[in-house]
Amino acid sequence: MADTKDMTAPASTGRAWENDAVLTVEHLTMRFGGLTAVNDLSFNVGRGDITALIGPNGAGKTTVFNCVTGFYKPTEGRITMRHGKVSNDFIERVTDTGERYRVEGNAGVYLLERMPDFTISDKAKVARTFQNIRLFAGMTVLENLLVAQHNRLMVASNFTFGGLLGLPGYRKARQASMEKAIYWMERVNLLDRADDPAGDLPYGAQRRLEIARSMCTDPHLLCLDEPAAGLNPRESAELNDLLQFIRREHGTSILLIEHDMGVVMEISDHVVVLDYGEKISDGDAEAVRNDPKVIAAYLGVDDEEEIEEILEEDAEIAKAHARGEEVSDDVVMPEKAKAKSKAKPKAKKAAPAKARSEPVPAAAGATPAPAMAGGLNAPRDGKGDNLTRIKGIGPINEKKLNAHGIFHFDQIAAWKAADVKQAEDYLAFDGRIKREEWVKQAKTLAKGGDTDFSKRVDKGAVPSSRSGKGKGGSK
Amino acid sequence: MSSNDTQPADVNHPEGAQIKREERLAAPNLPADDPANSYAAAIKDAAIAALLAGVLGFFFLAIRTDIAPGGLEVTTRWALWIISMIVVFGGRLAISLFFRGGKAKGAGNKVVSAVAVPGLGTWLGRILFAFAVILPFFFVYFFPGRDRQFIDLAILIMTYIMLGWGLNIVVGLAGLLDLGYVAFYAVGAYSFALLATHFDFIGFWIALPLAGILAAFWGMILGFPVLRLRGDYLAIVTLAFGEIIRVVLLNWYEFTGGPDGVSGIPKPTLFGLEFTRGEGGFADFFGLEYDSIQRFIFLYYIIFILAIATNLITMRLRKMPIGRAWEALREDEIACRSLGINTTNTKLTAFSTGAMFGGLAGSFFATRQGFISPESFTFLESAIILAIVVLGGLGSQIGVVIASIVMIGGIELLRNLDFLQAIFGSNFDPTQYRMLIFGLAMVLIMVWKPRGLISSRNPSAIYKEKKAIGADMVAQGEGH
Amino acid sequence: MSETSAPLLSVSGVETYYGNIVALRGVDIDVHRGEIVTLIGANGAGKSTLMMTICGNPRARHGQIVYDGTDISAMPTHEIMRLGIAQSPEGRRIFPRMTVMENLQMGAQLVDDKYFDDDVKRVFDLFPRLKERQVQRGGTLSGGEQQMLAIGRALMSRPKLLLLDEPSLGLAPLIVRQIFDIIGDLNKNEGLTVFLVEQNAFHALKLAHRGHVMVNGKITMSGTGAELLKREEVRAAYLEGGKH
Repeated sequence: MADTKDMTAPASTGRAWENDAVLTVEHLTMRFGGLTAVNDLSFNVGRGDITALIGPNGAGKTTVFNCVTGFYKPTEGRITMRHGKVSNDFIERVTDTGERYRVEGNAGVYLLERMPDFTISDKAKVARTFQNIRLFAGMTVLENLLVAQHNRLMVASNFTFGGLLGLPGYRKARQASMEKAIYWMERVNLLDRADDPAGDLPYGAQRRLEIARSMCTDPHLLCLDEPAAGLNPRESAELNDLLQFIRREHGTSILLIEHDMGVVMEISDHVVVLDYGEKISDGDAEAVRNDPKVIAAYLGVDDEEEIEEILEEDAEIAKAHARGEEVSDDVVMPEKAKAKSKAKPKAKKAAPAKARSEPVPAAAGATPAPAMAGGLNAPRDGKGDNLTRIKGIGPINEKKLNAHGIFHFDQIAAWKAADVKQAEDYLAFDGRIKREEWVKQAKTLAKGGDTDFSKRVDKGAVPSSRSGKGKGGSK
Repeated sequence: MSSNDTQPADVNHPEGAQIKREERLAAPNLPADDPANSYAAAIKDAAIAALLAGVLGFFFLAIRTDIAPGGLEVTTRWALWIISMIVVFGGRLAISLFFRGGKAKGAGNKVVSAVAVPGLGTWLGRILFAFAVILPFFFVYFFPGRDRQFIDLAILIMTYIMLGWGLNIVVGLAGLLDLGYVAFYAVGAYSFALLATHFDFIGFWIALPLAGILAAFWGMILGFPVLRLRGDYLAIVTLAFGEIIRVVLLNWYEFTGGPDGVSGIPKPTLFGLEFTRGEGGFADFFGLEYDSIQRFIFLYYIIFILAIATNLITMRLRKMPIGRAWEALREDEIACRSLGINTTNTKLTAFSTGAMFGGLAGSFFATRQGFISPESFTFLESAIILAIVVLGGLGSQIGVVIASIVMIGGIELLRNLDFLQAIFGSNFDPTQYRMLIFGLAMVLIMVWKPRGLISSRNPSAIYKEKKAIGADMVAQGEGH
Repeated sequence: MSETSAPLLSVSGVETYYGNIVALRGVDIDVHRGEIVTLIGANGAGKSTLMMTICGNPRARHGQIVYDGTDISAMPTHEIMRLGIAQSPEGRRIFPRMTVMENLQMGAQLVDDKYFDDDVKRVFDLFPRLKERQVQRGGTLSGGEQQMLAIGRALMSRPKLLLLDEPSLGLAPLIVRQIFDIIGDLNKNEGLTVFLVEQNAFHALKLAHRGHVMVNGKITMSGTGAELLKREEVRAAYLEGGKH
């Protein structure tokens, strides 16, 4: 069954969210009593894009979803869904007349904040899934997919009366709805479970079924609330493929909330980051990933560093595996795992516990850094050591340390427990410095020695703040 | 449809639930492998069934009392009794051996899995249906002395079955708890009674659809205020609605006759033929001898056809988008809205469809009684109808039938508890304990089967094989 | 770890059924005092079932669960919890109509009132977000905040054994790290014994002293966290992206 819509899937070249938006959110504000969940938020979702909405827990992501899909009526703001090419003039006209939506030829403007929730799915063609899966658990997989085609079938059955009499129009529509359901069951690999109740499916399959069910409403925009939550890496990868298939073959634009950075960074064309109900970053995946504000508020550790870590661990494990010996928690590794790890920067270690409340100088930039014990105003001889030679310190952390007056290995080597604690606080690294033995590493390096890790830095195998082999250590 | 693009395959990691499913499929067919074993089991099972038939039939078939001059006369009919047992034995054996690979194992196997039920349910349904078709003649033939009483009881049970099926749409399918269902029963009854007594040309058959439409209309009226309500609040408002209707009927004296009720409601006719003695009546037209039982049989078939129509329409609706939307509404209202289903309209159609069947049953009630008053439409009626639906298992059509027979038949049966006097002494008046015993029985049934007698759900659409869905999966909806 | 004494929790030969369906097929797991033990596996493998079986709902049909020398296999759930076990269950199960503070109070039911202020402070230190939201009703929290609340509530009962079912589910990367760090710290500093069910195998195995892998209701692999991390099978199934 050819299920492709008349709207063709545009290649995601250029910045669709700037030139050809399918959904525009303008000045969206949502207050609950005294609590402002979303504050003056504006962003676009490009046609044919996969757009990710990310941010810390409680940042207001799901609230945005609920506003877009009509479950909440926003306090202020305009949410516009466009079908086909729509001029701004058209949108303004519809807004001024007070209409909920208007269709002229191929073009349609839908002002979602004015529409009741069920017409948003029916008319504006926005479908959604839920964070805590909402399937019809007591109905079979097939029935779930048929319920999703309710509106078309109701019309075909002349609102039940024709269907009761068994008119041919309804029979044909019923056949078509079965075919569509079977098509999607095949797509999400649930055909052999068609007659099982949805509540009986394993978690991952339920997630897929919920997506398939939304797709049965033929949406132009599919909103997914944490589709990868609770999925294992393999299932996440399958989810990526499914979403890319949906975008490619059905031309459906996708807006998703997700915490799994593997999913977000791999498939998103466009990422919007929220924190405390406000947009803190907006751009393509690469730009957002490197945005210090995002790192401080959400990602915690910059990406390079994560990759660094995962590479180290991989290598260490591989090495130890080869030697067949026991290994401690931390060490080093090869290059080949790098590409893979980049896709899934999953190695997350210590957490910046108070990333928000504590000043994060390098990231925030504005706050003056409190000097550490023994901190210097400037590096001795005008040039600091390459602190990235210590495993666990990446370029960003080096900058942060520099901002606190830490430039040399011997400074770190001299740290006492209290200093470590203080450093962990402003780097927001609970317990991490100790675990990675920065002090011990620093002692070795300060004496001009080498660690396994520093050797690899020097070889250029690990991204570092200094190019070349210059040890930059104080001899 | 090319499927080479994406393979979100979970073939590689068989999941627990997948195994569950396989196990479940395997489970019902476990024994039945050894033919000798299954024959023996089938024979044993049939013997047990025959024995049961013998015990149950002893007082009906073997011993018979007739009123004779100077007291009761006891006659014995051993041949009939033995033949009945042989028929039961043969029938049970045939069912065991030829249908569904033998339910014979059921005798020794206590496990009643969700899958075993539909087969049993289907057969039970067919047997009950066949019996219902011949029921009046069965009683006329076998119980000539008490046929009127039994057919009357059958009519009553059938009325409740219809009411139960009607309410099942609202409570069982759409999951909206309605404690005021009797209001629609009253609307139907009064619609017919008032129309028929005010306009001579309106007979039962014209008033019937009108009553249905009026009741459906009132269903909508009730629907609007309760649309936004959930849970207990929904239940309370529907309960209040039922009471409002009754109180209005009671106090609007000029229109409804208040507590005096409406009398002189015409009897139904068969294409204009009345069931009266003499010229132009049914018996006269067909050249039969007049017997008042003919009217009862006719009434029985009217309610039988009405009830069966209710069932067929409901079953049909379940497989249609609107019926599926009702069930989806029961499962998850928010998900429904996210799929573009107008939940307001869906709830209203459920209320009005249920109300329509209630109204039809109501107008039948009016014509059967010939007299109605608000007394007949108290909250207790709503409670009994709801109890039938709950006891039968929410959403189960056959469950409603069984529960109606158990409840309405049970209450009647308990009128004849004279043998208890032999146990508790002659001062013991069993009729006083009737409702107590009945209540206890209901509690026991609900303890034994918390989700009703038939708790599994049959899917409304099937891709390959039909599998019943266990009650633990199925949501109960609002107000439960 | 102190493996000298008898294990704090010992699950042996446990089989659990849902109706006629086998969910656990003879599971043996020991959790020693002061240990973090993790159970990883695919969705539907039976991990959560094991956690629920330990709490007595559903009951094990066969096998034995011994906690601190007491056989708890047939004990009612509320009595099991009184022995010093706390659970942060699958699906969070917070009280949606109670405020955050009331939810925490519910967690502290079994504990002397004098500890309450300290314990609340500790939870708020761990999850500053909850402090900001303390008068909000649980149901109005975002998914991740509810997860924090569920863990916080479990900690309020000052448990000896903490059962965590997918604590990282639905949490931002930063919070995930924070939660795993918190678990590690509680274990290190307070000697809290933790039994952790996780999908996020990498973090869980890094944190845990010992780990088990569950497939279809059976334990298929056991070892220290580091050992399991090294195993090819584990890496292939639970750690890497499953690219094809």
